[in-house]
Amino acid sequence: MVDFLNPSRRGVLKGGAAVGAGLAMPTIFSSKAWAADYLNKPTGDTVTFGFNVPQTGPYADEGADELRAYQLAVKHLNGEGDGGMLNTMNPTVLTGNGVLGKKVAFVTGDTQTKSDAARASAKRMIEKDGALMITGGSSSGVAIAVQSLCQEAGVIFMAGLTHSNDTTGKDKRRNGFRHFFNAYMSGAALAPVLKDEYGNDRKAYHLTADYTWGWTQEESIKNSTEALGWETVNAVRTPLGAGDFSQYITPVLNSDADVLILNHYGKDMVNSLTQAVQFGLRDKQVNGKDFAVVVPLYSRLMAQGAGENVKGILGTTNWHWSLQDEGSKAFVKSFGEEYGFPPSQAAHTCYVQAILYADACERAGTFAPCGVVEALEGFEFDGMGNGPTLYRAADHQCFKKVLVVKGNENPTSQFDILEVVQEVPAEQVTYDPSIFGGELGECNNGA
Amino acid sequence: MTKIVRETAHGDAIRFSLFAVLILAMPVWLVPFGAAYPDLMQKFAIYGLFAIGFNILFGLTGYLSFGHAAFLGVGSYTAVWSFKLLGMNPLPAIALAILLAGAFAWVIGYVSLRRTGIYFAILTLAFAQMSYNLAYSVLTPITNGETGLRVLNSDPRVLDHMMGAGEVDGPLVTNLFGMEMSGLPGFYFCAVWLLIGMFISFRIFRSPFGLMLMAIKSNQNRMNYTGISTRPYALTAFVISGMYAGLAGALLCVTDPLAGAERMQWTASGEVVLMTILGGAGTLLGPMLGAGIIKYSENIFSAFNEQTLHNIFGFLPDGIEGAVVSVAGLFVGEGWHLTLGLLFMLIVIFLPGGLIEGGHRIQAAVARRGKGGGSGHQAQPQAAE
Repeated sequence: MVDFLNPSRRGVLKGGAAVGAGLAMPTIFSSKAWAADYLNKPTGDTVTFGFNVPQTGPYADEGADELRAYQLAVKHLNGEGDGGMLNTMNPTVLTGNGVLGKKVAFVTGDTQTKSDAARASAKRMIEKDGALMITGGSSSGVAIAVQSLCQEAGVIFMAGLTHSNDTTGKDKRRNGFRHFFNAYMSGAALAPVLKDEYGNDRKAYHLTADYTWGWTQEESIKNSTEALGWETVNAVRTPLGAGDFSQYITPVLNSDADVLILNHYGKDMVNSLTQAVQFGLRDKQVNGKDFAVVVPLYSRLMAQGAGENVKGILGTTNWHWSLQDEGSKAFVKSFGEEYGFPPSQAAHTCYVQAILYADACERAGTFAPCGVVEALEGFEFDGMGNGPTLYRAADHQCFKKVLVVKGNENPTSQFDILEVVQEVPAEQVTYDPSIFGGELGECNNGA
Repeated sequence: MTKIVRETAHGDAIRFSLFAVLILAMPVWLVPFGAAYPDLMQKFAIYGLFAIGFNILFGLTGYLSFGHAAFLGVGSYTAVWSFKLLGMNPLPAIALAILLAGAFAWVIGYVSLRRTGIYFAILTLAFAQMSYNLAYSVLTPITNGETGLRVLNSDPRVLDHMMGAGEVDGPLVTNLFGMEMSGLPGFYFCAVWLLIGMFISFRIFRSPFGLMLMAIKSNQNRMNYTGISTRPYALTAFVISGMYAGLAGALLCVTDPLAGAERMQWTASGEVVLMTILGGAGTLLGPMLGAGIIKYSENIFSAFNEQTLHNIFGFLPDGIEGAVVSVAGLFVGEGWHLTLGLLFMLIVIFLPGGLIEGGHRIQAAVARRGKGGGSGHQAQPQAAE
């Protein structure tokens, strides 16, 4: 038997030395941290951005496209390539000479679309690689988790694709910013089009992905359709990544609903929509009306997955590559030249976020998070693909045009799947920041 | 048959102190590996603890549980609820997490241990997936579903308010009587628990109870025929390893007060099996080694991108560099799972006893060379399992 309870004199000495050495260790590391006035202040000739995107898991396609966009943004910021949106952004102080005279470097990480993994990966970027800004993500759950981490650590978070009202609503943070639109805006933009298309006497049935994004989207769409005079028959929550939705679609057939609203995204949406079509919902007549399916949040990558089934189905997106303004054309051109296909909306919002952050640092004259926050709050700009845009100070949400799109009946290429039905102006989707609650809190500089 | 090697008390004391020195000095010797940052070292300690606990069940009794992540999750949720209701002190959170995870393990173990082998593995897997799906959907009011459970400023935190530390301006961080449990202090807090866990594991391995567990592994039927009821022993081992998992789950929340359902997913259960086998099941130090290697690859290899590879292979001529980078690119970044898979295959095929066996072989080879081929008995036979 081992006798730990009666240690030898030698053991005590050894153990004591070990513990002493261990306890002395932290001072080596802490001594340096206190020298700077904000966390990860760049001392060399580069500044590091952290790109935290899903590289594996259900949103890996979006993540890959986001990473491409970020790499393109870094190139443009460092003066390589054709400059993309740097040439169309207005106003801007960026010259393609890095940021504040420093070249932009980047580190990447895999969020795996899991809050835990995403936070671990963001922590590595902050603690080890010295990243000053974390950006990316393709899920609202992850975005909210990483945003609060960045607030605690004292770096800036520029959200990627996240559509939940909570990101800039009840879970908003002073150090976090979102360019992407949200569920409320989808509802507000979609409702008038739905009224024109389907009238104001409809019965809606919701299938909703069971997490923060799904809940807020269901609520927003419900509110705006009920304002039209529609009735909500039922709203059923489905587990994320369910794969088989037949058990949820059969009750739809037996209800007297005549519109199915799919609050799903990614592979869930591909599966639920495909099965809804297979069950013959779209050929059905209920209450003397053609049965309709609505997908409030669309993406081109998703529509590609669902193939034929998306034809004629209405939804909203943040941006689409077929837009003809200068900013979109410049971005699609340089992205196309680099990678050989048009960018997705995820790529667009991530690219814009990286550029906006760099521009804010340049205007603030510092990388200190509080300075950047001040420069971004209330910032108005144009030429980034969505028309005149405002970064609202009250909740760090961008207000800009929202696109209502429809699955193209006669696509001319594999990328020409969505057609833009209407560009809804920003005024129509603007809301009072207080309706979602939440507190921004104080900005955090870290150290 | 496993050969039982009588270890001397002196040998164990040396081993344990070496281990303690290595763990506590991690911030120094990990620097050249690029792993000396608090978050990763915390993960080493926490998952090391998880694997050490798992090894008490799998390594000693041979019962392969595929559902240990459930206990990790229970520990995490308990800890966060303790933060929310009681306050940000980690000690009550850890105590509650260990207790609740132990109770949960008792219930699951009571049912699952009626079967052995593959049936036992499937039962535990089923229970864990059930817990995961419950946490994701039905139990959303308790677990906050996909978004994850977090501590909010509006939570009761009774003890904090009693101490007059209720209103916090900044972020809510766990603190042990005023010491914030993030960064290096957080690591040392986890390291102390790891050492305690390791110490207990040492004691169990060398105790009559541990011997009984090893007997279960070598031939449970024979044990039963001799009139010994083995189930209470197996159940105790199951509960102990569940408590280790609960402790690990609580520590995850101490260093980062957030609990998500994905901690209970089957991939997390699989991970701890991989860790244990990679390092060496049934050995004292193996699971810790395996945990370290897996967490290191997850955090370091997955972060390599083309830019990094170009920097590494920059010395090669242009044409060759391009080719080398594109081949190496398959194994890093999003392909780190591939590297891990290959490593795992190599270990299982050539070193069934894990990396520890590799170490023993090298040691034996060196000893043979030194003594001119003296110690042939070092080559250990494999267990039947």
